[in-house]
Amino acid sequence: MNAHLPALQVVLPLLAAPVCVLLRNRRVVGVWATLIAWASLAIAITMLVHTMEHGTISYALGGWESPLGIELRVDVANAFLATIVTGIASIVLPYGPGSATLAIPQDRQYLFYTAFLLCMTGLLGMSVTGDAFNVFVFVEITSLSSYTLIALGKGRRALTAAFSYLVMGTIGGTFILLAIGLCYQMTGTLNMADMALRLQPVMGTRTVLVAFGFFVVGASIKLALFPLHQWMPNAYTHAPSVVSAFLSATATKVSYFVLVRVVFTIFGAAYVFGTVHFEWLLMPLSIAAMFVGSIAAMYQTHIKRLLAYSSMAQIGYMTLGLSMNSVEGLTGGLVHLFNHGLMKGGLFLVVANITFRLNSSKIQDMAGLARKMPWTTLAFAVGGLSLIGVPGTAGFISKWYLVQAALMKGQIWLALLILMSSLLAVGYVWKVIEVMLLKPPTKRVENTTPAPLRMIWPVWVMIGSTVVFGLWTTWTGTVAEVAAETLMGLR
Amino acid sequence: MLENIAASLPPGLILLFGALLLPLLPGESPPADGSADGIWPLSGKSKMGMRGVLMLLLPILGLIQMWLLPLGHSSDVELFGYALQPVRVDRLSRIFGTIFHIAALISVIYSLRVRDTLQNLSGLAYAGAAIGAVFAGDLITLFVYWELTALTSVFLIWARRTNRAARVGMRYLIVQVLSGVLLLAGTLFHYADTGSLAFDLLSLDGSIGHLLIFLAFGIKAAFPMLHSWLEDSYPEATITGTVWMSAFTTKMAIYALARGFAGTEILIPIGAAMTAFPVFYAVIENDLRRVLSYSLNNQLGFMVVGVGVGTELAINGAAAHAFAHILYKGLLFMTMGAVLLRAGTVKGSDLGGLWRKMPWTTAFCVIGAMAISAFPLFSGFVTKSMILTAAADEGYTWTFLILLFASAGVLDHSGIKIPYFAFFAHDSKLLPKISGEAPRNMLVAMAIAAFLCIAIGVFPAPLYALLPYDVGDYSAYDLTHVVTQTQLLLGSAAAFVFLQKKGWYPAELRSTVLDVDWVYRKLLPGGLKATYNAIDKGAERTKAAVGRAVLASVNRFGQFFRPGDRSFGEPWPSGETAMWAAVVLVAYLVVSIVSSQVG
Repeated sequence: MNAHLPALQVVLPLLAAPVCVLLRNRRVVGVWATLIAWASLAIAITMLVHTMEHGTISYALGGWESPLGIELRVDVANAFLATIVTGIASIVLPYGPGSATLAIPQDRQYLFYTAFLLCMTGLLGMSVTGDAFNVFVFVEITSLSSYTLIALGKGRRALTAAFSYLVMGTIGGTFILLAIGLCYQMTGTLNMADMALRLQPVMGTRTVLVAFGFFVVGASIKLALFPLHQWMPNAYTHAPSVVSAFLSATATKVSYFVLVRVVFTIFGAAYVFGTVHFEWLLMPLSIAAMFVGSIAAMYQTHIKRLLAYSSMAQIGYMTLGLSMNSVEGLTGGLVHLFNHGLMKGGLFLVVANITFRLNSSKIQDMAGLARKMPWTTLAFAVGGLSLIGVPGTAGFISKWYLVQAALMKGQIWLALLILMSSLLAVGYVWKVIEVMLLKPPTKRVENTTPAPLRMIWPVWVMIGSTVVFGLWTTWTGTVAEVAAETLMGLR
Repeated sequence: MLENIAASLPPGLILLFGALLLPLLPGESPPADGSADGIWPLSGKSKMGMRGVLMLLLPILGLIQMWLLPLGHSSDVELFGYALQPVRVDRLSRIFGTIFHIAALISVIYSLRVRDTLQNLSGLAYAGAAIGAVFAGDLITLFVYWELTALTSVFLIWARRTNRAARVGMRYLIVQVLSGVLLLAGTLFHYADTGSLAFDLLSLDGSIGHLLIFLAFGIKAAFPMLHSWLEDSYPEATITGTVWMSAFTTKMAIYALARGFAGTEILIPIGAAMTAFPVFYAVIENDLRRVLSYSLNNQLGFMVVGVGVGTELAINGAAAHAFAHILYKGLLFMTMGAVLLRAGTVKGSDLGGLWRKMPWTTAFCVIGAMAISAFPLFSGFVTKSMILTAAADEGYTWTFLILLFASAGVLDHSGIKIPYFAFFAHDSKLLPKISGEAPRNMLVAMAIAAFLCIAIGVFPAPLYALLPYDVGDYSAYDLTHVVTQTQLLLGSAAAFVFLQKKGWYPAELRSTVLDVDWVYRKLLPGGLKATYNAIDKGAERTKAAVGRAVLASVNRFGQFFRPGDRSFGEPWPSGETAMWAAVVLVAYLVVSIVSSQVG
């Protein structure tokens, strides 16, 4: 049974998606999609436990052995990622699209679930596949379905946001395809592990250098690395809040993982950091992202845009961890991948609650909200503290790992930069909290009521787990460390 | 049994988490217009309610729990591979823990009429965090509580709900959080150097980690040049908020200095400067709560000197002085809070003659003033003399003289100026509008503090028994101390009378009240003011020039990020975005070419 799990992980949501179109009824589809997400979560967790104990699972699709056939290859890192994707989906789906925020009529909302399940399929495929061309296919599945999801947002600007994401995403996808083509030309194989072996003799060639460049830039667009982030604030602002919550917590994270895979599995640390000195490019961009993103967030007047810029800064921390080329750094990056998924997903759900009631995402419209929606405001505050990295929250753990990694490399200035940029987060988080807590309520707020319970509990599951994972770090710490060691080939 | 329950809980958490229960209990909501800092209708009775009971219970329970912990008790935990010690009980932490609980109790009684739950919640949580900090056995735990005091206390400023308070609060928060960040950075360096996180004597040995920690402590202890957050923020907090704030943050820093940097010689000149310079500012300041903030800063100086001298007697003196200081400074802030509540202002120039309407508050204020001026039989006398003796014993003659000068200054700005301008002097125009004495709960709080000020002065033995080291046969009431202090007070008073006489003669100033007014507002500050004005003008000009330049660049910076056409935060055209992809690709190629040249 366990041997078939990797295929099941991808196939289950893929087959479930068209079923949504057959079922049609909004409520039935909602329950169906939720069940699928939960089943996928169960699969992912089983795989994670299995790989922690027994090591890598390799699955040959259709019985064609690699390197000829397509191989699904699940180690701790892949399973960790699949757990995150399915976990977030399991919380977001029961939350529902929150009918007020969708542009399509209720009787066609099954299409939302269809697109959502397809998006999940793509993300899971990217997580578990061991085949380079497969990565491209799943990247495209993810992208196409997420363009649809973003375009579902209310207001015409959602369409332009989806369109500009489409343009950027296509460029990114094309770059990745070009890179795969070049590698295929040099090696004659598409299997990642095989490709890594066959690249060794031709490492010095210019073709490989260019292939790596295309890979890097393509993945950087997808993960919204500064300055290739421009699609993201718009997409997150105008998409339905539920979609923003899901995509911010998973899509950029999986793309980050693809970059990590490319760096360590295909090209190898010796080439990437030893010959090309990729860190000379990645580290300055990461640091710039940390600061520019936080500063830009401080100046935003819309809360979703503020969170999007904050995401850009947080992605900077993850790529910074990668650029350090050490187990500690990569562990920090992966822990932050998980923790940031929780807190940003949770925060976008909080925003979904607020916009559901207020019908506005302007920060000034939220004045005095604490009196009317106390639990939601508290959730925002806790999530915000986690973004800052206050001890006792998950954000502190990630930063702790990163600072440790910087100190172990003897780069004290880097540790100080990380701490300084955390200070900036105080600015944009507290700006919102001050408005919610201390400003006299506006008319709009006076007339509002707390969000319904079905919309509050998913928020608190996410926000609560940022506190849980802030205090109880054995699980995240160990899994991320094992994943990092696996990725770097030390296990 | 009881001990086991107590031992399972770090001190401070009862207050920290108990405070979170407040909003869950039924209670009245604050006045809609947010007037009078959320204090319930000035006339009429007020029920205490469930929230009041809880507020009173928390500090009492906390104090009992703390005292059930035996000396030497500690708890160790392991957190991601680091050995932490969230609780460590010894005599130094216990005396600070005790006075923090007492201060919390007095502040609670003073705040019973506050119906703005946010203030009460943050006040209690703030006290809990400060208590937790003094029992922290490692630097990480200390950092956590250190930041918590900042995050909780800022709401005591913001609760005024004015734009000014929002700005002041943000400034305060930034400085406080910065102190925490320095502490964390220093801790990491310290850990990298020594492999230990324990919070013991650190000393300034040239290592950068210790220097950063020293600076972090220095910010919260309001060292000269790092002090301005204190005078900026304390007078801007709510009526009750200032009472809370005056007790904890700075004294937590004194504790941290006593633990980490006892006997560090540089602290002696720093402390001496701290005692001296606020005197000048306090004399010319008109806002009486700001005068008290300057005098708070000056009192901290005495404690810093004590820590710097570092002998057993000096550390005892610093701890004892912190203990006494929290009580009388709290008392003075409480009286000024009552004045602010009744009169609507604490501007010295607008007040006067309030003793007619508020006799009890006046009496308590005079007791507080005598305690801070260190009159024999008051608490300030028995504690300050320890620091002075220690400084003299160790041969710091100059320091001793500066401290003497500062003591005389204290008498002037806190001992005479505060009660004089508020309660005596000429009758204020506001007098008819003042409805009467402070609310009863405030009077009770003040009475407790006033009682303790006198009790410690008359029977210092129980306080001495609490001190970190054995006091031995030290007594404040020997001939030298009493004579020196009495001479000092008499000398100050003589100078005061002399100046009064000098001012008596000018024909245009016949009235006695104006005379004394003149002494305080013209003669003494006159000379100082001229000097300061000259310095200020120069500083002001440079500041203005630098300020303009900074402002211009900040504006330009802001325009780049602020929403608007062509700013960073607005959507970029897809074409431009695609161009950036090309730019990054080129950057990648450049890096790879450069690295192939280098490698």
